[in-house]
Amino acid sequence: MKKILKYVIVDIVQNKIVLIYTLLLLVVCLSVFNLENNPAKGLLSLLNIILIIVPLICIIFSTIYVYNSAEFIELLVSQPLKRSTLWLSIFSGLSASLSFAFLIGAGIPILLYHADATGLTMIIMGLFLTVVFVSIAILAASYTRDKAKGIGLSIMLWLYFSLIFDALVLFFLFQFQDYPLEKAMVFLSFLNPIDLSRIQILLQMDISALMGYTGAIFREFFGTTTGIILSFTGLLTWIIFPLIISLKKFNGKDL
Amino acid sequence: MIVAKNITKQFGKLKALDNVSVNFQRGECIALLGPNGSGKTTLIKSLLGMVVPDGGTIHFDGKLITKEWMYRSNIGYMPQIGRYPENMTIKQVIDMMKDIRKESNKEHDEDLVNSFGLHKIMHKKMRTLSGGTTQKVSASLAFLFNADVLILDEPTAGLDPLSSELLKQKITREKQNGKLILITSHVLSELDDLVTEVFYMQEGKLSFHKKLSALKEETGERKLSKAIAKILSTQEA
Repeated sequence: MKKILKYVIVDIVQNKIVLIYTLLLLVVCLSVFNLENNPAKGLLSLLNIILIIVPLICIIFSTIYVYNSAEFIELLVSQPLKRSTLWLSIFSGLSASLSFAFLIGAGIPILLYHADATGLTMIIMGLFLTVVFVSIAILAASYTRDKAKGIGLSIMLWLYFSLIFDALVLFFLFQFQDYPLEKAMVFLSFLNPIDLSRIQILLQMDISALMGYTGAIFREFFGTTTGIILSFTGLLTWIIFPLIISLKKFNGKDL
Repeated sequence: MIVAKNITKQFGKLKALDNVSVNFQRGECIALLGPNGSGKTTLIKSLLGMVVPDGGTIHFDGKLITKEWMYRSNIGYMPQIGRYPENMTIKQVIDMMKDIRKESNKEHDEDLVNSFGLHKIMHKKMRTLSGGTTQKVSASLAFLFNADVLILDEPTAGLDPLSSELLKQKITREKQNGKLILITSHVLSELDDLVTEVFYMQEGKLSFHKKLSALKEETGERKLSKAIAKILSTQEA
């Protein structure tokens, strides 16, 4: 496992995209913090940017990377290696290098300008989102041989989690506005990793009061230790579940 | 050494392998023959675990290969079309393979690397290599680890006459070392003095698996190509 991981990481680092991603995050973070006088406001603007950029870059880069490693995978599958080792190495290599990029690009500026519990939550959630979307990306890539289809599927998934899901939830809310939906909202937020991390960060920011009665319910649920543990479990499930399905797919694949 | 029972593989509507059973023993040099699309490469890839058969079992040295993956350290494989990470140099690819197969404490056999002159172009990237040179890299990698079983999928296709002669000499030497060698090729004339058994496939089915000597005796022909032509025409009749 270690050997293959080494080759994957060397390969990703040689690929300049991860470096550009780090610089992009660094520039965005520094400019946001310098534009606002109040670092707390800066953090809020940053939240929205991170919740969009991190999933997008992670899912697209990872999908393309898996397709571009087709030769590498083909070469190694005929060698004395377990297929799972190969697949998990690719997953770990992608997660490790993209997480590292996030730590440098966003982690350092956040710690410089806003080193408290909120900033820390944001870094942890960013790391979670990185790994979740790597996991979803390799699932998409394991489903189809066609590179264009695979990347298309990734973009659709990103669009779904960032926009469409929220739109569906709003639609659902308006349709059933006569019923008490607060509990259902808590459940629904588990179906989207981006929402889960958004809620955790917003609760840390103490602006949930602005969200009305649902905000209070969220506070009551996600604010408690059980709620925090549950939402971390939710995020972990979002990492492990797609990974296991993609592993099964890959183990039965013809190369 | 390699025993497969009733393996079946379907790609969509096409039956690539239809109840094929094989029994390959150590010390033999077997020619896998058959028209294009008869399932030769699929069979090879199933033996290597690259293609997962829909049904049937494959045993290597008595062990079921679906549970075991270390058996591949006893196999040197040369693919029909070798595809390699484009940004790596020849040296990086060879070093990576050595690194990955470190546990098979055998000495590296760099005969082919040297006789093909690859040591002089080690710094070249895989992307820049011609088809023939890529084939040379594939061949060198297959022989590099002194594996007990050599699986060569159209080894001489795309090689110049000189290199293909070098490769044939190497195969003959390895055969004398008592290895199991599986070769597919469409150039029957070059198999004549190499193989000991013939395994003929058609439309995913095994047509016959015979000793070369028995085949020649049966048909009364001295050339492999003529012997096969004769046996096929009698089968059709």
